[in-house]
Amino acid sequence: MCGIAGLIHRGKSSNVGSELQGMLQALKHRGEDSTGYALYGDTDGKNFIMRFKVGENVGEGSSSVMEDVSVYDERKKIVDQTLSEMGAKIIKEERTLPYSLRYEVDYETKDLLDFSQRIESIPGVEILSMGKSLEVIKDLGNAKMVCDRYSLDKLVGTHAIGHARMATESGVDIKSAHPFWGYPFSDVSVVHNGQLTNYWNNRRVLENKGMRFMSECDSELIAVYIAQKMREGASLEEGMKDSLTGLDGVFTYFVATKDSLGMAKDTMAAKPLVLYESDDLVAMGSEEIAIRSVLPHEIDTYDPFDGEVKVWQI
Amino acid sequence: MANIKTSEKKSKAQSMGMHTEVLTGRTQQKFFNPDEAENFYYFGTYDVDFNKRTDLDVMNMSAPEANKEIDNLMSQGYGTIVIKNPQGKHSLGVGILNKLNLIFEGSLGYFGMGSCDGPIVRINGRVGWSCAENLMAGKVVIEKNAGSCFGAAIRGGDLICKGSVGARTGIDMKGGTIIIGGDAGAFTGFMMQRGRIIILGDVGINLGDSMYDGTIFVGGEIGSYGSDAVDAELTASDQDWLRRKLKVAEIGEDFDVSKMKKIVAGKKLWNYDNLEPTEKKGAI
Repeated sequence: MCGIAGLIHRGKSSNVGSELQGMLQALKHRGEDSTGYALYGDTDGKNFIMRFKVGENVGEGSSSVMEDVSVYDERKKIVDQTLSEMGAKIIKEERTLPYSLRYEVDYETKDLLDFSQRIESIPGVEILSMGKSLEVIKDLGNAKMVCDRYSLDKLVGTHAIGHARMATESGVDIKSAHPFWGYPFSDVSVVHNGQLTNYWNNRRVLENKGMRFMSECDSELIAVYIAQKMREGASLEEGMKDSLTGLDGVFTYFVATKDSLGMAKDTMAAKPLVLYESDDLVAMGSEEIAIRSVLPHEIDTYDPFDGEVKVWQI
Repeated sequence: MANIKTSEKKSKAQSMGMHTEVLTGRTQQKFFNPDEAENFYYFGTYDVDFNKRTDLDVMNMSAPEANKEIDNLMSQGYGTIVIKNPQGKHSLGVGILNKLNLIFEGSLGYFGMGSCDGPIVRINGRVGWSCAENLMAGKVVIEKNAGSCFGAAIRGGDLICKGSVGARTGIDMKGGTIIIGGDAGAFTGFMMQRGRIIILGDVGINLGDSMYDGTIFVGGEIGSYGSDAVDAELTASDQDWLRRKLKVAEIGEDFDVSKMKKIVAGKKLWNYDNLEPTEKKGAI
């Protein structure tokens, strides 16, 4: 059991960091092994924001190991050098935690595949997100702990999705935490509640097409699956509709891009989702109490039906 | 030990008023004689006065605290309780085993009104998953929409949602009536064993999948039929019952029930019509 939440403001910006923190904290009983945020902040759109990690925060059942800070420092140096070699200029750098970094990068490219492959060829380095607006922040603990650790409560933007995880299919660590970046697409992120039963079959097919998997978490498949569909020319909504038959199992998931937010529910409607929709705000979560944290007054909500896909624009 | 599968024992059960119809597998059975006064006693039940009314604001209460306070008010004889600010909290109003007029001014989360026997409830909002699960008797009316597993495993009472409901409505239900004013999701009536479901709108895929018995009435379109669910003739008696039920439910009174579809189980399940354990004791 995990909890997912998302919201999109239409026609305005809001304090989405704080709002999503409230929604995910309301769902913490669904899992607090790790919590992740995909926040779409207000930016000038000139530079890429790269959130990446150079080490792990290791919890129960993780196949990773804790390492010394000096190892992280060494990896960071190699990342900096690789960026320089690719012609990417670091405009701003923040190191929130020894293993977690945020770079603003001036880099001219349309396809991030080569860029990402070179960065992630450095052992122990994983790009959590890459985009002009998207920032994926995920770590162990509940929503408030992660929010406080990374000072997310003041982030202003248009939309956000997040995940409160109870680890079942893989260990407790950052690499298995949601959201997953829709590698190699700029500003695409995914969160998922459920289990996928054809994970390995799909993974083998996608890896043969050059897509990368950083974890053994079945949810990562959704991000990669949709990214591959988009590489083949499908729109976000088309990719999501295709996933209803391409992915086997039970799932409710959200996908966000720079200017949109979508949800999909499997054909058995086995996983919960409650949705509130108005002209200026869409808020949704595994339980209504998540929505109540941002809309405490009486509202009309509903459960999307089986096999339903919806996409909203900012 | 007597063999309860023999026709002789079935006749004896019928003579005791445990059911009045010939068991064919496709009928609604009446296991208790409505003329007999029941004398059940539940621990934690109260004599309440419907005219004694109070409000309870649960904004800053946890679900256990709120339920405990409802219980406390019933113990003081309050028969009409208005719950303010339920805020989508889970498990509110569970385990009420006596007559009570309960009104929620807002929405409930999961498992609202679960395992109840007797209260009359009006929820002026939405409910989450598994509302009124295991309802034994009483009436629960939801003014807006409901989540999945609405009325799971109910054994009696009327459960009414004026909006739309999610998937698996009436899953495993063993009696009672569920009435939906809007649409219903996939697997509605999944493994239902007795009772009736009325859906005025459309219904999703796999309707009545693996149902043992019971009846589903649908006013709109059906996504697909589940395994062993088949159409049946909508009789004049069915239509009378539907009109009466919709009127009592304050929903769809003007609905043309003559065009509704009736869905039942198409397969006879061996031994299914045998009596339940408690009835077996009486029959032996």
